[in-house]
Amino acid sequence: MKTVFKRTSSLKDTQTHYCPGCGHGLAHRLLAEAIDELGIHDRTIGIAPVGCAVLAYNYLDVDMIEVAHGRAPAVATGMKRTNPDKIIFSYQGDGDLAAIGTAEIIHAAHRAEQITVIFINNAVFGMTGGQMAPTTLLGQVTATTPQGRQSNGQGFPLQISELLAILPGAIYVERCSVYNPVQIRNAKKAIKHAFELQLNGAKGLSLVEVLSPCPVYWHMSPAKSMEWIEKEMTKVFPLGKLKDIA
Amino acid sequence: MGERILMCGNEALSEAAIIAGLDAYFGYPITPQNEISAYMSRRMPEEGKVFVQSESELAAINMVFGASATGKRSMTTSSSPGISLMQEGISYLAGAELPAVVVNVMRGGPGLGNISPSQGDYFQATRGGGHGDYRTIVLAPSSVQELADFMPLAFDLADIYRMTVLILADGILGQMMEPVVLDKKPKPPLPAKDWALTGAKQRPQNIVRSLWLKDGALEDLNYKLQEKYQQVQKNETRCEQYMVDDADVVIVAYGIVARIAISAINKARQEGIWAGLIRPITLWPFPTEQISKAAEELRIFLVVEMSCGQMVDDVNLAIAGKAPVVFHGRPGGGVPSADEILEKIRQLTVRKK
Repeated sequence: MKTVFKRTSSLKDTQTHYCPGCGHGLAHRLLAEAIDELGIHDRTIGIAPVGCAVLAYNYLDVDMIEVAHGRAPAVATGMKRTNPDKIIFSYQGDGDLAAIGTAEIIHAAHRAEQITVIFINNAVFGMTGGQMAPTTLLGQVTATTPQGRQSNGQGFPLQISELLAILPGAIYVERCSVYNPVQIRNAKKAIKHAFELQLNGAKGLSLVEVLSPCPVYWHMSPAKSMEWIEKEMTKVFPLGKLKDIA
Repeated sequence: MGERILMCGNEALSEAAIIAGLDAYFGYPITPQNEISAYMSRRMPEEGKVFVQSESELAAINMVFGASATGKRSMTTSSSPGISLMQEGISYLAGAELPAVVVNVMRGGPGLGNISPSQGDYFQATRGGGHGDYRTIVLAPSSVQELADFMPLAFDLADIYRMTVLILADGILGQMMEPVVLDKKPKPPLPAKDWALTGAKQRPQNIVRSLWLKDGALEDLNYKLQEKYQQVQKNETRCEQYMVDDADVVIVAYGIVARIAISAINKARQEGIWAGLIRPITLWPFPTEQISKAAEELRIFLVVEMSCGQMVDDVNLAIAGKAPVVFHGRPGGGVPSADEILEKIRQLTVRKK
């Protein structure tokens, strides 16, 4: 019998705690596939954020650490500088990376740290109950923007990937999504490319932003959430390569 | 024995850390400890080791967290306001049971304070400092030689107990120059770092974490940490006694203040006053037993600190009302002089030789 589809080995055979329709499961799988296809399982160290993906080490079967909120790029710096032969990635949400960890991600990119960042943007704080994130769209209703986000007083959605892409130390920045099979394949390609750059010793930080659904805190069905990413989120966060020096 | 060289405390501790096998130094500029990062930025690359000037103290301690999680010896240094910022990371280090060495060259506070020497961070250092129920080992050197000697000790203790070792120095110790001998000492037997993140090669995945959600799991972790801390209290409490046996007045002081106190004690003895010193070398674990034992004789205790009175609480806990405890302190960058301490000793003296 020919196997046409199987679980990739860096992904554990277990149930996740993620909500129905959540995008983390897809992103985990793409990440694990990239690791396995590149044959870097036994030299990869992953960093889990504070947020919904804090337990990522229960699902990804590589050496992993859980770190303080937003500090993953600093932890990655400590790891990569002392272990240049290892492949270091951080997996961070928008609260983690674009709010509390803004200084750490900007300065890791600024120093051209040779690490890979998987940035999951779902436009809310998921773990704490769906509060406004820096990436929340204008008008979006969250637990802390009951009238919808207003730019006056709550700011505009923060396009942190665009911000990072202007830094010489960021060598690859791409925004992808998982709202349909084509986008999922693109996201996989981007994640793999980001790891390849690190594997080849490219001198800088690679980051893949993934626009990802949060049906529970968007108050939408999973199917509607995918549509919302395509129709609304990509207007503010356009998909595509923001930078690639390769 | 190596040659005696003249060095300032900040440089001596830096070279001692390198000799102790430091793999990576991370730090952010702050006075009065900037000689350390200047020294490290030159010496670490010479040794083929890592030096990173971080964007903040928050980042520096988290870089230590990352390097330590892979089994490397790493450290950061700062001064009081910067150490406050590092407390988040130190708490996570405690939760994740990672070894780390942190040097605090204390300055005056609170707030931005000033850049003068101080001992105002005693509470923060000895009570954990960050959130949660944890401790750090706190070593209090009182000379440039001790600053150097405590670096290999700090790294060994950090590795043995998988916890943060804090070197609590002050602006005087960091800046002053003294002759120092930097010897490479043999390492004690150290436990294998089989928990380190090195890539899951022919072994199951390693995880370093401090989140324990399962019912009772965090309670269990805390009991395990407390057992470890009890071992540290049993095995690692260090203090020095100077002319305590016949003393009527026993000064309790640590760090540079203990050096000044010795001058005062020597002068007092010339005047026929029986004075002595107990100098805690580990501030946590605190030499409670040694002080308690000394309080069994009829004598007065004089606690001298460069603060408004912090260690005095631990002295009172140790003495538990068995003897009178008097405090003399100078906060905000004030340094007690030997004559000032001598005058205090005189005031407390009831009999002379």
